[in-house]
Amino acid sequence: MIWLTWRQLRIQAAAVYALVAAAAVTLAITGPRLADLAKLDGSIFDRLTQADRNFFFTGVIAVAVAPAVIGIFWGAPMVARELEAGTHRLVWNQSVTRTRWLATKLGVTALAAAVAVGALTLAVSWWSKPIDGALSDTNGSLPARMTPVTFAMRGITPISYAVFALVLGVAIGLVVRRPVPAMAITLVVFIFVQIAVPLWVRPHLVPTAEQTVTFNRERLDGISINDNGPSSPMRITVNTGGPGNWVLSNQTVDATGRPTALPAWMSDCLPPPPGPGEADRAVVTQAGVDPIEACFTRLNAEGYRQRVVYQPAKHFWPLQWAETGMFLAFSGLLAWFCFWWTRRRLM
Amino acid sequence: MTAVVRAEGLGKRYRRRWALQDCTLEIPAGHVTGLVGPNGAGKTTLLSLAVGLLAPTAGTIEVCGGRPGADAAQLAKVGFVAQDTPTYPGLTIAEHLRLGARLNPRWDKTVAQSRIERLNLDPGQRAGKLSGGQRAQLALTLGLAKRPELLILDEPVSSLDPLARREFLQSLMEAVAEHELSVLLSSHVVSDLERVCDHLVVLVNSVVRVEGDVEALLSTHHRLTGPTYDTSRLPADQQLVSASHTDRQSTLVIRTDAPILDPAWTVSQLSLEDIVLAYMERPALPVVPKQALEVLR
Repeated sequence: MIWLTWRQLRIQAAAVYALVAAAAVTLAITGPRLADLAKLDGSIFDRLTQADRNFFFTGVIAVAVAPAVIGIFWGAPMVARELEAGTHRLVWNQSVTRTRWLATKLGVTALAAAVAVGALTLAVSWWSKPIDGALSDTNGSLPARMTPVTFAMRGITPISYAVFALVLGVAIGLVVRRPVPAMAITLVVFIFVQIAVPLWVRPHLVPTAEQTVTFNRERLDGISINDNGPSSPMRITVNTGGPGNWVLSNQTVDATGRPTALPAWMSDCLPPPPGPGEADRAVVTQAGVDPIEACFTRLNAEGYRQRVVYQPAKHFWPLQWAETGMFLAFSGLLAWFCFWWTRRRLM
Repeated sequence: MTAVVRAEGLGKRYRRRWALQDCTLEIPAGHVTGLVGPNGAGKTTLLSLAVGLLAPTAGTIEVCGGRPGADAAQLAKVGFVAQDTPTYPGLTIAEHLRLGARLNPRWDKTVAQSRIERLNLDPGQRAGKLSGGQRAQLALTLGLAKRPELLILDEPVSSLDPLARREFLQSLMEAVAEHELSVLLSSHVVSDLERVCDHLVVLVNSVVRVEGDVEALLSTHHRLTGPTYDTSRLPADQQLVSASHTDRQSTLVIRTDAPILDPAWTVSQLSLEDIVLAYMERPALPVVPKQALEVLR
């Protein structure tokens, strides 16, 4: 059975493993230079070239795409192709029960998927380590590893995504019974899950941290003014005081602790924004003088505070484990569904 | 006489439609049994139930003493060549044999290899490149080398040209003689079955219409031709299968063990095909429900 699984998977497997190997070689060649840069004094982000930044994002994309590729090209056709061609009638009448048939196919393929994506993630994480490790708040325009863009492309979660995508593809293929529609549906569902989880699930997997701070220059992250003019609502955001945290909400609260808008006098209090073209963007005031500080003093005196809810950078591994566990649990449920469907419904 | 297939009140429903209903039959071991019937009669459904690809909605079926597809041991006892003889187009003949060897504990390597040699097939050729006849032979090889007690074939020759048909049935017969296995094969073409079967089951509209040894069927069915005749006057030991009347003449097909004494009849022998057609074209009067009769009129 293992032989047959391998024989039927080998072309897709060879393609994916060749891509992983090519990526690993490329990263191995370019990686050491980055590590050397990190040893120099000062921020590494001042020395990164555009090529380095492109590489960084290519790595992010590669790890993001790999599980989807496995779900589409390994998972969806696995059973759907047999059902479409009718070969399930051949293979299910050998002296192997279809439960064992499915168990072997799922097991071997899931292992191959985990190894491929695990290796790719390891290579990309190794390459990005000097940048990830620097833990700048924004990584000098490169996202920190806690932020949704890169969190899912580091550590161990990509492995669980790959297993999940695979089993998802198999399950959809079983129900749809035709490979091409199954591939399309798998892609759509997988993309939905990958958007829904960071938006609505991941923030709550591990208890969040919360700070309520007074307004001051040091913690100011930005003041954004709506482009409807100075009279429209204005927002202030503050930083969390440490780099690499994932900020979930950044709200102004009044003296009773309830979320509120900034008082109306704020827009008159603040000096006009620096450039006319910048009117609708967050303006970080660097060279400001007293007016802003004076506004802040008045805000603080009236009881206004800024509350920021975030996942601190030290939650990286707990969050990784929690999310990996969640996806593996999903995969387990889907696998159970596949067995049930194969035994009961394909009759 | 032991039975390789024993069905009781067997039925299979797809949503609202019954593909097979209230089927009761016993197929004896050691025979080559033909399952014949028009398209849509439920042949594939019955065979799929027998190999465990389908689960019955009603009734029971027992094959080689066990529930079809229950476990690996049961699967090993029954070989199956599915309709259109599916094979993996991307796998070579040698890889198909390897598949068989890996997945079947009783796999007979010599049988498989000698058959491929005798058929002059190149083991390195992909199954997708084979002709329909060669593919059917490959599927048969897989079924035989598994060394089952019962080999079930679903319309194995329906898509083959006459020559390939003959060759396929020929090699099936050789294998049966060699390995002493029971065979159950379906077809909607009686002439295919006539050459190879010694037992016959006729399935019409999911109902078993007649079942028996081919020789017995041939010796007990007669065609009677004579002046127009009221069929209700037939003797009790003569079972009417079909009747057609013109103004001056009646032609009946009857089944009886006793000699036919009425001198008004000209009695002639029927071929197996005639017998099967007689059962297929005229649903027997007592078996058909009333509504169906009204529709027919």
